[in-house]
Amino acid sequence: MGEATFRFCSVVVFATIVVLIVGALGAAILTLPTEASGLKTVVDGSLDRSGAKNPVTAVLLNFRGYDTMLELVVMLLAVIGARALTRGETYTPTGAEADDIDPLLHGFVRLITPVMIVVAGYLLWVGGHAPGGAFQAAAVLAGLGVLLQLSGFPWFRHLYGFAERSLLISGVVAFLAVGIGTMIGPRSFLQYPPALAKTLILLIEAVATVSIAAILLTLYNSGVLRFLEFTRGEMIEQKERPEGVRVEKDPAEPGAEASAP
Amino acid sequence: MTQPILYALAGAVMIGIGLFGAMSCAHVLRKMIGLNIMGAGTFLVLISLARRTPGPVPDPVPHAMVLTGIVVAVSATALALALLRRYYRETGRTQLEPAGDQA
Amino acid sequence: MNIALWMLDLALCGTLIWLACRMLITADLFKAIVLFMVFGVVMALAWARLDAPDIALAEAAIGAGLTGALFLSTLASLNKPVVQESRETLSKETGGGNG
Repeated sequence: MGEATFRFCSVVVFATIVVLIVGALGAAILTLPTEASGLKTVVDGSLDRSGAKNPVTAVLLNFRGYDTMLELVVMLLAVIGARALTRGETYTPTGAEADDIDPLLHGFVRLITPVMIVVAGYLLWVGGHAPGGAFQAAAVLAGLGVLLQLSGFPWFRHLYGFAERSLLISGVVAFLAVGIGTMIGPRSFLQYPPALAKTLILLIEAVATVSIAAILLTLYNSGVLRFLEFTRGEMIEQKERPEGVRVEKDPAEPGAEASAP
Repeated sequence: MTQPILYALAGAVMIGIGLFGAMSCAHVLRKMIGLNIMGAGTFLVLISLARRTPGPVPDPVPHAMVLTGIVVAVSATALALALLRRYYRETGRTQLEPAGDQA
Repeated sequence: MNIALWMLDLALCGTLIWLACRMLITADLFKAIVLFMVFGVVMALAWARLDAPDIALAEAAIGAGLTGALFLSTLASLNKPVVQESRETLSKETGGGNG
């Protein structure tokens, strides 16, 4: 059985599987009733006691708060995995010095950074009563972080070690602290008292925003949040080498990268 | 056929496209794109089924699920791309099996 | 009014499916990733059409922006030649440096 026949048979098998799955899903969708209210009436009944007027925020942080906490844990697992895989890679771009940066880009980034921070803060605050919330604000902050990184602003040069790690886990820690705090008295884990619900939700969201932004930025750098040197230019991959250790490069490999600066 | 059912069927078709791409593309980056398309199709099905409420306001519980799902999908994509980078650094290949090496 | 909204819905669904097909067929990976970012933005339009503004905000920022940047960054590192290093330096570095 040749290579081409194998490819053809595998494509036919995949297409059959896909058509079956899509057909079953489409048939299931068509048998559903066209009007169904789902859990909306249940949520609307408890919305005033939940501490948030936006029903999505109420569901995310009060009714299903445990799921949101576990989601933050899943993101931390991804960070751990990414860090373990890229251990030894340092982000050391070569090229123009930081002073030689494009002045238009420089000016634009300096202008847009406070605007994006204010937008993120607004999204965080307005999430209580209108569309918005912690995840959207964290996404804006992560986008800002990627923009700063790509424009050559070494703002996180000093953020490493304990400070960096405590920033990453602060979301889960805030959730756990509030959850254990609400266990005082006859309440269970993460069962907010209705009088304090708004404050607790805002507190958790504020800490979670910064934490999620840091996690997303770390995931973008695949585990390396600290940078030894930061200048604008291309990204090269090199391992951290202790002084005096020789590195044997394959002489037949074309375009081998330059050694440590 | 109402508007939510149309979007739900489009979501089902996107699940199929993403699944086919994830299974049959050789390059791992394209597999990841296919998986993301599959995720987007799943979210489309969920949100369009949440839109079937009689009033103007949709059901908020699937919205929260999809918001969680988007964030988890980006984390999983980042981990998979870190795996791909490491695989490429170790072996120099971006496809899971070299072509023509069917044992 | 009703027919215009129906046209909009059909156009959005058609665009999404067409973009999904093109993404997986095109040979250039850079083009596929750019199409993926376009797909994310059109998806945000679909969320807006389905009365899901929170998800539209999140999809526009995370789905199109961050995932697209992730893919482009990985593509850039995949296009660089692999540096063959000796195995002894690999074991020396595992003891050094903090996290």
